[in-house]
Amino acid sequence: MHLIQITIIAFSLFAVWRTIIKFRSGELGRFHLVLWLLLWLMAGFLVALPQATSWLAELVGVGRGVDVAIYLSVVILFYLTFRLFVRLEKIEHNITLLVREMELKDRRPENLKEKDCTDKESHSV
Amino acid sequence: MNVFAVVPAYNEEKTVADVVRSLGPVTNRVIVVDDGSIDRTGPEACGAGALVLRHFINRGLGAAIGTGLRHALDLNADVILTFDADGQHRAEDVPSLVKPLLDGRADVAIGVRTIDRHLMPRSRRTANWIGNALTFTLFGLWVQDSQSGLRAFTSSAASCFDLRCDRMDVSSEIVHEIRRHRLRLHEQPIRPDYTPYSLSKGQGFVMGLKTAGRLVLHRVMR
Repeated sequence: MHLIQITIIAFSLFAVWRTIIKFRSGELGRFHLVLWLLLWLMAGFLVALPQATSWLAELVGVGRGVDVAIYLSVVILFYLTFRLFVRLEKIEHNITLLVREMELKDRRPENLKEKDCTDKESHSV
Repeated sequence: MNVFAVVPAYNEEKTVADVVRSLGPVTNRVIVVDDGSIDRTGPEACGAGALVLRHFINRGLGAAIGTGLRHALDLNADVILTFDADGQHRAEDVPSLVKPLLDGRADVAIGVRTIDRHLMPRSRRTANWIGNALTFTLFGLWVQDSQSGLRAFTSSAASCFDLRCDRMDVSSEIVHEIRRHRLRLHEQPIRPDYTPYSLSKGQGFVMGLKTAGRLVLHRVMR
């Protein structure tokens, strides 16, 4: 076994360990636990036994097994980046809603505290 | 009829007071949304007689418009217009813009910068056309000036908007909302006042690309 294989397998095991810890502490749900465990265990397995990917390569018509792994990785990375972007946009918009609510909550007519100006504290930042 | 103006402003201390004063005779109230400015935009607007709302951190054009619309609706506005704080728009165009709404002939009016269009730099005109084309492709409604900051809405139109774009992409999102709710649109030619200052305030090339990317993403997400 080559050094690169040992390194990747060790990292996969480390990632599995971290995933389980995060699940136990409640930071990760059951669905994501299974998803990440599958991902890292599959990565470790494919690195340990690269010939196992050859049949998949033949199946999809790509020359080598390692190429299939790389193509799949790119697709998965794109998907994860997209999901991250979507999540980030949602958080950004939630921040906007929060900032809006902080400004408007005391100004609604039903609160009878309408002010005509907010300048007194506006330049403390 | 209560006509309210919403003026989103970010670091516009040089122009915002004049903009507020110019809107006084043609509107019942001017709401300036100071979007986390680090200059004296808030005090200048307040001194000119505007009701000033403040985002304590910068959230972007779409967020500022959303806050202004929300508050105008809370204060029972009948017609709400959005008006840029950089001095690009002229208050003289407001009566003709809101008239179709007050007459009940339209739900939304957009000021189309076609008069003196030749004064707009060619690069800006091209960018605007690309913005129109992208808006049409994504949302299926062709408008002559999808990126115009001068618009007017009836309160019923504004209250059905669900604006989720916080940045410059809000202009195209508004077109999406017009189409989604099948609102009656009136496009009113206006005469923009291009100054070196107002021209410097528009979207640059990189910002335009970011806006386009974000629009595509929002279309996919929705």
